[in-house]
Amino acid sequence: MHSFVYRANALLTFAVTILALMCAMASLSDNFNSPSPTAEVQVLNINWFQKKPDGDDEVSLTLNISANLQTLFTWNTKQVFVFLAAEYETPKNALNQVSLWDGIIPTKEHAQFWIHTTNKYRFIDQGSNLRGKGFNLTLHWHVMPKTGKMFADKLAMTGFRLPETYR
Amino acid sequence: MTRSDSTTSSSIIKAAGSLRLHYLPKPFFSRQKSSELVASPMDWQGQKLAEHLMQLPLVLFAVLAFITGYVLGSFQTMLLIYAAGVILTSLIMVPNWPFFNRHPLNWLDSSEAEKYPKPQPANLGMKKKTSKK
Repeated sequence: MHSFVYRANALLTFAVTILALMCAMASLSDNFNSPSPTAEVQVLNINWFQKKPDGDDEVSLTLNISANLQTLFTWNTKQVFVFLAAEYETPKNALNQVSLWDGIIPTKEHAQFWIHTTNKYRFIDQGSNLRGKGFNLTLHWHVMPKTGKMFADKLAMTGFRLPETYR
Repeated sequence: MTRSDSTTSSSIIKAAGSLRLHYLPKPFFSRQKSSELVASPMDWQGQKLAEHLMQLPLVLFAVLAFITGYVLGSFQTMLLIYAAGVILTSLIMVPNWPFFNRHPLNWLDSSEAEKYPKPQPANLGMKKKTSKK
């Protein structure tokens, strides 16, 4: 501690170390949050359902997605990334997940939403297995923190089925 | 001759320093007695005080910042309080304030040191003999 530069260096190093500890504590405090999110999805319409020239099936849907994800937000939340995935089983794959829509929720106020949209990303199968196929629509979310650990969870909504024939 | 020069010049410099610049911490001006050139501007007690003056306020500000940020639900508030604490702590312990030098070490005055000859290294004669070969 015998010179200006030495003391300035000691101060900055100690200050940054304590800052790192504060950020770790802030991340740990996220574990005390017990969220209770709700979500509901309706398939309003199957717009079209075709077999593409390369042999894969493709569906276009109009969806109504409503959710309340406000309890996911803590003081250490930067944003919540949310996406809706169609999940189904085929003879070749035990689980197929196709992302149909996603969005970024920047603040708690935006976390209660209702959206009416066609699928943002194409619903294409690896093959032609979709006729008459029953599928789940699962809402996944990733709670992205300001510092520390990211939490991810999902909510599965079952009971959806595609038509037996192409339209 | 050299002894009288150093004392007159150092006393003039010291007088000038005390007239205008004595209220500034030492890094901002560097007029020092020749005996003080070897010593650091801060004494041992001052260094210990500086270390405590760094650790305690930083930890206290960190605790205060975290609790305030958590209760208010604002990460930004925590960072702002902590940043203010870091700046405040740097102002009180980084510059070379006079209160850090209240227990100065008394180095032997150069006029006194010159009275007693420095001990000569004993193996100087032996070294000369081996280098000749």
